[in-house]
Amino acid sequence: MRYNTTPPPTTFIRKHVFSLDHKVIGKQYYALALLAALVGMVLSWLMRIHLGWTAAAIPGLQLLSKDGAPGGVMTPEYYLQLMTMHGTIMVFFVLTTAPFAAFGNYFLPIQVGAEDMPFPHFNMMSFWVTFVGFLVLIAAFFVGDGPSLGGWTQYAPLSAVGSVAGPGEGTGTILWATSIALFCVGQLLGALNFIPTTLDLRAKGMSMMRMPLTVWGWFITSCMGLTAFAVLMPAVILLILDHVAGTSFFVPSNLVINDQLQPHSGGSTLLWQHLFWFFGHPEVYIAIVPGMGIVSHVLITSMRKPMLSHRVIIYSMGALAVLSYMVYGHHMFVSGMNPFSSLAFSFPTLVITIPSTILVLMWIGSLYGSKLRITSASLFALGFVSMFVSGGVSGFFLAQPSIDIMLHATYFVVGHFHMVMGVAAMFGIFSATYFWFPKMTGRMMNETLGKIHFWLSFVGTYCIFMPFHYLGMAGNVRRYSAFVVEYLQPLIPVHRFITVAALITGAAQLIFVYNLIHSRFWGEPAPDNPWEGTSLEWSTPTTPPPHNNFGDHLPAVYHDPYQYGVKCSTGDYVMQASPEQVATVNEEK
Amino acid sequence: MATTVHQPPQIDSGRLPETSHSGNGGWRNLVPEDGDLRVVQHYSPPASSTAIWVVLFAITMMFAALTSALVVRKGASLDWRHFTLPSILYFNTVLLLVSSVTLEVSRRRVATFMGGLRSQSESPARWLYVTLFLGLLFVAGQYIAWLQLSAQGVFLATNPSSSFFYVLTAAHALHVLGGLAGIVYVIRKLSKSVLRRSTLDATARYWHFMDVLWVYLLLLLWMKL
Repeated sequence: MRYNTTPPPTTFIRKHVFSLDHKVIGKQYYALALLAALVGMVLSWLMRIHLGWTAAAIPGLQLLSKDGAPGGVMTPEYYLQLMTMHGTIMVFFVLTTAPFAAFGNYFLPIQVGAEDMPFPHFNMMSFWVTFVGFLVLIAAFFVGDGPSLGGWTQYAPLSAVGSVAGPGEGTGTILWATSIALFCVGQLLGALNFIPTTLDLRAKGMSMMRMPLTVWGWFITSCMGLTAFAVLMPAVILLILDHVAGTSFFVPSNLVINDQLQPHSGGSTLLWQHLFWFFGHPEVYIAIVPGMGIVSHVLITSMRKPMLSHRVIIYSMGALAVLSYMVYGHHMFVSGMNPFSSLAFSFPTLVITIPSTILVLMWIGSLYGSKLRITSASLFALGFVSMFVSGGVSGFFLAQPSIDIMLHATYFVVGHFHMVMGVAAMFGIFSATYFWFPKMTGRMMNETLGKIHFWLSFVGTYCIFMPFHYLGMAGNVRRYSAFVVEYLQPLIPVHRFITVAALITGAAQLIFVYNLIHSRFWGEPAPDNPWEGTSLEWSTPTTPPPHNNFGDHLPAVYHDPYQYGVKCSTGDYVMQASPEQVATVNEEK
Repeated sequence: MATTVHQPPQIDSGRLPETSHSGNGGWRNLVPEDGDLRVVQHYSPPASSTAIWVVLFAITMMFAALTSALVVRKGASLDWRHFTLPSILYFNTVLLLVSSVTLEVSRRRVATFMGGLRSQSESPARWLYVTLFLGLLFVAGQYIAWLQLSAQGVFLATNPSSSFFYVLTAAHALHVLGGLAGIVYVIRKLSKSVLRRSTLDATARYWHFMDVLWVYLLLLLWMKL
């Protein structure tokens, strides 16, 4: 019984639009993430310009919203609306879709030696539901009084009472919640395919421990997504009901907003935070764990030797996944919940640094003494490690309730999460793009442009996010659209520096976009295995792989995934699908 | 940058077992040291049987979230008002439990039929139709319960207790409709003689889960409302 019973598509619609091929769906997810990332980046530019030069008019902004930006100068409310959209787009439609849904869809079946996902129709639905979710979210710019201003966390009760709470809090928030509910459906359908593919569709000889670390990353992430999105979905449905049906899940009694007594009673604002963060914290790991797999995979291929321990990396990623559900309360230290709960959430938060540290030590320790091949992909992988460490260190401070009371809701937190999950995950996406682009398109990307892109991004993001930490320590509160208070005014030059850095770093991303588009059509033709990798994606009969991935014969797997530094007819590595016997080194039993 | 052009190793098909297909990687390392490939005896389960557990897990998480929301919301303030559950719910429960029995009967009949042990004259889909009918009756019964409550003036927004009643029963009913769609799919496949055993088993597992979930919800509502 072959799972891929779908014949090769013949029509344009079936080939490129409503495709059942996991590779096309992966590329569709990538295109969506790229589009979303560009929108999110432009939004961050608008916010940064406003924070640096509050009175400056941004030409054309008034066309987007007449009331939100009269004469091109954004109102404080419109600043928050842009911020909400930036956060939501980036967290959901970039950091979740690109490393997990895009690359996972494309490479997970190939790397385990399957012909496709087991349920291609659900897979297709997964993408299109997510795409509709994106359109619903973006639609908020153009209806009523604009998008929601509640932030990507949509804290109740202001998110649950409607337009009385501010512009965009009515229709905008309902569109936000609908979009997220659709996104949850899309991701659950994704997990429905990823998990059986990993467990049941592996090729002969591909035991669990022989799966590349990327597959482990996607597998662990899909298990996390399954748990997290299944909780977020009912939460946003309850939020929508509070809006449209007059229920009181999240709105307390006697709440007066803008001099109006709210008709709700008895709801719990903390309930929203619990439901949201039970999803929200694993979401951080949903964004970063695929990147960990990708970075391990790219680094191993570049340094031509296996990691110090394959298993320890897998177990550490697994530990992160399990612990991520126990730490979510550290987002709520100052929410007014029982102070003893803070202690209970602080402890696992400190514990979760252990697997994270082990992973970092694995990467750095394995690099020691290796002959690293410097490519754009390996540079971005190193950049990932750097960002993960720099952003992670501030996590130690925030994990402690006593320190968090002071740093909560300051730029310190913003700097922390942007580095550790935002930029790090982005670097993972870039690394994967440079690494797999030849396999996905049959053409090489320009390495020189790639390296320029890396250095500008690497230095640029440090220039942006390191000062965030200093601002936070100086007491600069986040989500302010202007700094009019006396103690914040000396910090404005720092904000201006950050704005300039953000504009330059953002512009550097256009190099990447140019490289991507130019190489897609005019790049040098790629060989089947340009990086001399060992895993199954480099054993496909053609580049890009054919519709059923492996042609007439499915591969059988004879070796552990990362057999580098061996003597073999192909060079210093033996491919997983090669029956050639070699003197194996470091093979773990 | 390494640009060595490398030919992927050709897989010697003579070394592979006859039926080369995906899905038998197994849990263990199947290849001994010398690189020879053993003929694999134990195949992985069909993907649908793993997938159905994935689905059931997601549904469990969803109702666990709603349950904890109910508990928190009930404890959050003193506005929780009790109301008596419409008695038709108990009748519906019996319907759903019986539908599980009929589905199990049909599952066995279909298995026997597929094994070629019965004559073609006996329709193996008959009990599936009975299950489908009972399932539809259950959803209709739930709808009647909502009508009865609204006739008493108990609406979605009347009280947090009624909010949770409607949310939980509606979410369950939607999932039951999903199960009915699954049964329709099975009937269609069976009529074309292309039904896979694993599809039928997965549908049955989902349907029985709907049963268990409903009994849990009824107990929860009965205790908490």
